[in-house]
Amino acid sequence: MVMPWALEMTLARPNVKNIVLVEGVRTPFLLSGTTYSDLMPHDLARAALQGLLHRTAIPKDVVDYIIYGTVIQEVKTSNVAREAALGAGFSDKIPSHTVTMACISSNQAMTSAVGLIAAGQCDAVVAGGVEFMSDVPIRHSRKMRKTMLSLNKAKTLGQRLSLLGSIRLAHLSPELPAVAEFSTSETMGHSADRLAAAFGVSRVEQDEFALRSHSLAKKAQDAGLLQDVISFKVPGRDIVSQDNGIRPSSMEQMAKLKPAFIKPHGTVTAANSSFLTDGASAVLIMSEEKALAMGYKPKAYLRDFVYVSQDPKDQLLLGPTYGTPKVLERAGLTMSDIDVFEFHEAFAGQIMANLKAMDSDWFAQTYMGRKSKVGTPPMDKFNLWGGSLSLGHPFGATGCRLVTTVAHRLQKEGGQYGLVAACAAGGQVSDTHPGGVFWLIVLLKNK
Amino acid sequence: MAGVRALGALSRITSRRYTLTTGSPFRTFSVAPAMLAGTHVNYEVKGDVAVVRINDPNSKVNTLSIQMQKELTDVMNEVWSNNAVQSAVLISTKPGCFIAGADINMIEGCKTAEEVTQLSQEGQNIFEKIEKSPKPIVAAINGSCLGAGLEFVIACQYRIATKSKKTVLGTPEVMLGLLPGAGGTQRLPKMVGLPSAFDMMLTGRNIRADKAKKMGLVHQLVDTLGPGLKSPEERTIEYLEEIAIECARGIVNKKIPLSKEKGMMQKLQDYIMSFEMVRNQIYKTVHGKVMKQSKGLYPAPLKIIECVKAGIEQGPIPGYLAESQNFGQLAKTTESHALIGLYHGQVTCKKNRFGAPQKEVKTLAILGAGLMGAGIAQVTVDKGVHTILKDTTVSGLARGEQQVFKGFNDKTKKRNITSFERDSILSNLTGQLDYSGFEKADMVIEAVFEDINIKHKVLKEIEAVIPPHCIFASNTSALPIKEIAAASKRPDKVIGMHYFSPVDKMQLLEIITTEQTSKDTTASAVAVGLKQGKVIIVVGDGPGFYTTRCLAPMLAEAVRVLQEGVDPKKLDALTTGFGFPVGAATLADEVGLDVAAHVAEDLGKAFGSRFGGGNVEVLKTMVDMGFKGRKSGKGCYVYQPGLKVRDVNPDIEEILEKYKMTPNPAVSSDSDVQYRLVSRFVNEAVLCLQEGILSSPVEGDIGAVFGLGFPPCLGGPFRFVDAFGADKLVEKMRRYEEVYGNQFTPCQLLLDHANDSSKKFHK
Repeated sequence: MVMPWALEMTLARPNVKNIVLVEGVRTPFLLSGTTYSDLMPHDLARAALQGLLHRTAIPKDVVDYIIYGTVIQEVKTSNVAREAALGAGFSDKIPSHTVTMACISSNQAMTSAVGLIAAGQCDAVVAGGVEFMSDVPIRHSRKMRKTMLSLNKAKTLGQRLSLLGSIRLAHLSPELPAVAEFSTSETMGHSADRLAAAFGVSRVEQDEFALRSHSLAKKAQDAGLLQDVISFKVPGRDIVSQDNGIRPSSMEQMAKLKPAFIKPHGTVTAANSSFLTDGASAVLIMSEEKALAMGYKPKAYLRDFVYVSQDPKDQLLLGPTYGTPKVLERAGLTMSDIDVFEFHEAFAGQIMANLKAMDSDWFAQTYMGRKSKVGTPPMDKFNLWGGSLSLGHPFGATGCRLVTTVAHRLQKEGGQYGLVAACAAGGQVSDTHPGGVFWLIVLLKNK
Repeated sequence: MAGVRALGALSRITSRRYTLTTGSPFRTFSVAPAMLAGTHVNYEVKGDVAVVRINDPNSKVNTLSIQMQKELTDVMNEVWSNNAVQSAVLISTKPGCFIAGADINMIEGCKTAEEVTQLSQEGQNIFEKIEKSPKPIVAAINGSCLGAGLEFVIACQYRIATKSKKTVLGTPEVMLGLLPGAGGTQRLPKMVGLPSAFDMMLTGRNIRADKAKKMGLVHQLVDTLGPGLKSPEERTIEYLEEIAIECARGIVNKKIPLSKEKGMMQKLQDYIMSFEMVRNQIYKTVHGKVMKQSKGLYPAPLKIIECVKAGIEQGPIPGYLAESQNFGQLAKTTESHALIGLYHGQVTCKKNRFGAPQKEVKTLAILGAGLMGAGIAQVTVDKGVHTILKDTTVSGLARGEQQVFKGFNDKTKKRNITSFERDSILSNLTGQLDYSGFEKADMVIEAVFEDINIKHKVLKEIEAVIPPHCIFASNTSALPIKEIAAASKRPDKVIGMHYFSPVDKMQLLEIITTEQTSKDTTASAVAVGLKQGKVIIVVGDGPGFYTTRCLAPMLAEAVRVLQEGVDPKKLDALTTGFGFPVGAATLADEVGLDVAAHVAEDLGKAFGSRFGGGNVEVLKTMVDMGFKGRKSGKGCYVYQPGLKVRDVNPDIEEILEKYKMTPNPAVSSDSDVQYRLVSRFVNEAVLCLQEGILSSPVEGDIGAVFGLGFPPCLGGPFRFVDAFGADKLVEKMRRYEEVYGNQFTPCQLLLDHANDSSKKFHK
C-alpha cells in the first residue's frame, strides 16, 4: 500500500515550484447567434475576467501577467487578452498576450502561465480563452484586396479609375474563414466520420454517447454543480446565467437526423457533434507559496502536462490515445490511479474511436510501439457533468473549462487525481470543430 | 518544346500504366454450383445480400482469366437461383485492384480473328445477363477497374467507388490496339454521353473516382480510412462492403432510386443529341481528329467510332455485332501485336534485373540546374529522396528551382496534389552553389555542359567531397562513359544515366555501363530510375550509346533530304506520316541544332562515312547564324512565343541552296525518302544488338519508342523488321546503297535475318 503522501512526493518534482489553480470561471456557453450575437469577442473575455476578479477578490495589481487563447481572431482586437484586460479594469501595467493553438488554445494559455511561474518570472497569472462564432471575419477576395491596396498607392485620378474599372464580379465573392484543415483540406467533421468508420463506431454508439453527455450535463446543471458559470449581464439584453445548448433528446429523435458531413452513408450528425458556441473562460494560476501567503485555498495542483501530435490526415483526432499513457508515465501513475477523467468531446464518434483505440492491443502494437493496449478510462469516472457535446465548445475557451471542471469534480467526488485530455486541429485557422493533433493532459492533485 | 511534348504524349499512348485489357469474361456457362468457395471467387450471404468477393491468389492484380470467369459464372448462377438472396454486392478483396482487365494471354492465345470474336460475344452475353439481372448487383470498386473490369461494372445496376488514389476507371484497350469488346462501346455512350464516352475510349485515360462520379460513371463515393483496429487498406475494403450491402438493400427496398433525376444540363444535352445531324457532326469531328492525330496508322480508334455509331444509329443488335467482329479483327492486326509487345516490353523494363542494391539512395545530388538537371530533380524529390540541386550561378539555380516548383505547382492547379503536399515535397529539395552536404550523398548525377574537359573537372571536384560508396552518374547523350571515367579514382562507381528532355514527361532512361562499372552500381542506378518512374534500358558503352547512335544516322539522312530540295514541312509530313510523333525537322529543332551538329561530328569521327549523308556544314552554318532550334527562336522553323503556327525559316533556304544536292529520282519518291530515313535508324539499332551494345531486342524496341518516338504502331525497330520482313528491308537498302554507298549497307545480323526468314527478333 502506497501512502498518498508518498504519491504526492513522486508528483512534485524537485526544484520545481508547486503551481496551483486558485479559481476558474466561465461565462455561460451559448449557441452562437443567440443572446451574445451583438457582442465582440473581447466583451465576452472581459466578462469572464470580471467574474474571476469578483470570485477571487484578488487585488488588480497582484496579477503579473495575462494570457488568452483564441482561434478565430477578430482583426480589430488581435491581442484580445490586452483589450479584455484593460476593459475588465486590470491595471494597465500588466502585460498580456494572446496565443492560438486551435481548440487547445486556452490549454496553451494555462501551460504558458505554468511555465512563467515555474521559471520564476511570475507568481500570479490569469489565463483564459474566448471564442465568438456569432461573428467571424469574412474577407474580401484576394483579388479585391490587391486592388484596394493598389488603390491606396494610386496617385492620379486616371490610375484610380483604371483600378476601379478592373473590378469584376469575381472580385466581389467573399472569402470565408477556412472550414478545413489547411494541410489536408478536410473538415473536422469529415475527419471524425472517417475516424469513426475506421474504428467501426456505429451511429447508434455515437448517438448513445451524445445522449449520455446531454443527460449528464442536464443533471449537473439542475443540481447546481456547474459552479464555474458566472452570471453575465449582456449589454442591451438580459442577464444570462446558464448554458443554453444542453438538450437531452431521445434516441428516436436523434436517429432521424441525416449525416452532416459524409453523405449519404456517414454517421456523424448535428446531434452527435459539438455545436458552434460563443463563450469565454478564465482561471487564476499561482505559485503555491504566493497563494497560501494571500490566504487562498488552492482548488487543485497542476502537476504535469504533455503535448503530442500525429499525422493530420488519418490520426487527427487520436490524440488522447497517444497522450494519456505518456503523461501517466511521466507522473508515475497508472490509469487506475485516476479518479476523475475529463476528455474534450469534439464528436461522439471521435471519443468512441479513442476509447476503442485505447482498448486495442493491435493498435498499441502497430502504431504506438507499445507492448499492450493503453486501457480505457472507466465510464463511471468519465465526463460525469457533461462535456463539449452538450455544454458547448467555444474553441478557445474549452481548455479552462475542462481544468476547472476536474478541480470541482475532485472536490465534489473526493478524488485525488484528475486527468484532462483535449484535442485540437493541426491548422492555426481551424475554426470548425476541435480535432486533435496536439493533446494536452493536465494532472491535478486535490489537496 | 511543344513538339517534344507531343512526342511524349504520343509515346504515352502506348506507355501508360494500362493494365491488361479487355476481352470476354465468362467463356463457359457450365453450371457447377458446388464450387462456391473457389480459389478466385467466393460468396457469402449476409442477410438477404450475396457478397461476391474476388481475389486471384496467383497474381498481384485480378484479371478476368478463364479461371476467374468460370468461377464468377458459377457464383452468379448460384446467386440468381438462391431464393434467400435479394441482391448482390461484387467486391475485390485484393488491395489496390478491383479488376484490371481481361487476361491478355487469353486473347494472344487465340489463333484466328473468329476465335477472338467468339470470346467477345461470350463476354457480351454474360454482361447482358448481369445487366438484366432481376436481383440488383452493386459493384463496390476499390483500386483499378479497367478494361473488361469497367465493362463488367457498367453492366451492374449500381456502382460505389472509394476515393483512393489507386481507384481508377478506364478503357485502356485502345492503347493495345483493341477496343472495349464486351459491351463497352455500346454501354458507355448511354451512360456518360457520346463526347465523354469517345474521350474515354479513344484516349484510354484513367479516370479518378471523383471525376467518375461527376461523369455519372459511379453513383456514390466512399472515403478511404486511416489507421483503426485493422490495417487501413483492409478496413477500407470492409467499410466499402458494409456501405455496398446497405445500398443493395436500399435498392431492393426502393429507398435508393436507380435512375437519377436528370439535371437541366443533362436534359439539354439529351435534347441536342436527339438530332441525327448533331450526332453525325460529332462522329465527323471525332473521326477527323483521330485521322489527324493518328494519320490513319492506328485502326483501333476508327473501329471504336464505327462500333459506337452502329450501336446508336442502327440499334443494339448491329452494335454488339460490330463490336465483337471488330474486336476479333483488331486483335489480329500488326498494330495490336506491336502495341501489346510494347506493353510486355515496358513491364520487363520496369524491373530491376540487377537485383537490389546494397545501399538505397537517400540523398541524391544533381549538378547543373539546367533543363535536364532541374527535370531530374523534379522526378526525384517527390519520391522521398533528399535532393540537392547545385549550380554555379545564382540565376541558373533560381531558374532551375523555379522549374521544379512550377512542375509541382501545376499539379496543384490540376488538383492532383494539394498545396500542402507541394510544399512538403519541395522541403526535400536543397538548392545551393557549393558542395556542402555532398559528404552525405549516395549518388551524384551531373548534368553539366557536354564537354569532356568540364566533365573531368567536375568529376575530380566531386570525388574530393563525396563518401566512398557514392555513385557518380553522368547525364550525357553522347560522350562515352569510359572517357569520363578515365579521370576517376574509382571507375567502378561511374555510370551513365541518359535522361530525355523534358525529363518529367519522357519515360525513358538509358543507363550506360562500362566494363568497369560494378554490378551494384548498375543495380543502384536502375533502382533510382525505377523510383523516378522511368522505363529503363541498360546498354553498353560506346559513342552515342544506343539511342543517340540510332538517331544520328536518321538525322544525317534528314539533312541530306533537305539538301535534295525537300522542304522542312514536307520532311515533317513524311516522317509523321510514317508514324513518328514528331517530324524529323521539328525534332532537330527540339533537340537543338547545335547539339545535333555536335553529335553528328563526334559520331562521324567515331564511325566514319557510315554516319555521313547530309553535310555537317549545313548544321554548322545554321548554328553559326544563330539558328539553334526552338531554344534560340529560329531553326528549321521560326518560333514566335504564343504562336502555334510556325513558318519555315526563310534564311535556311539560302544555306540549303548553297549545299544543294541533286536528288536521284530512283530513290526519291515519298515512300523511298521514308524508308531511307527509317532503314538507317533500324539498321543501326540492329547493329547495336549485333555489337552487344544492346542486350536484347526488347530493350531496343522500348528505347526507340519511348526515347526517340519510333512509331509505336510498329512496335520498335526490331518488331518492325520482324513484321516488315528483313529480306524486304535489305532489298530496299541495297537499292539505296547503290546510290549512296555504305551508309545503307545492311549489317550482318540484319542480313542473317534476311537470309533465313525463320529468324525473328521476337518469338
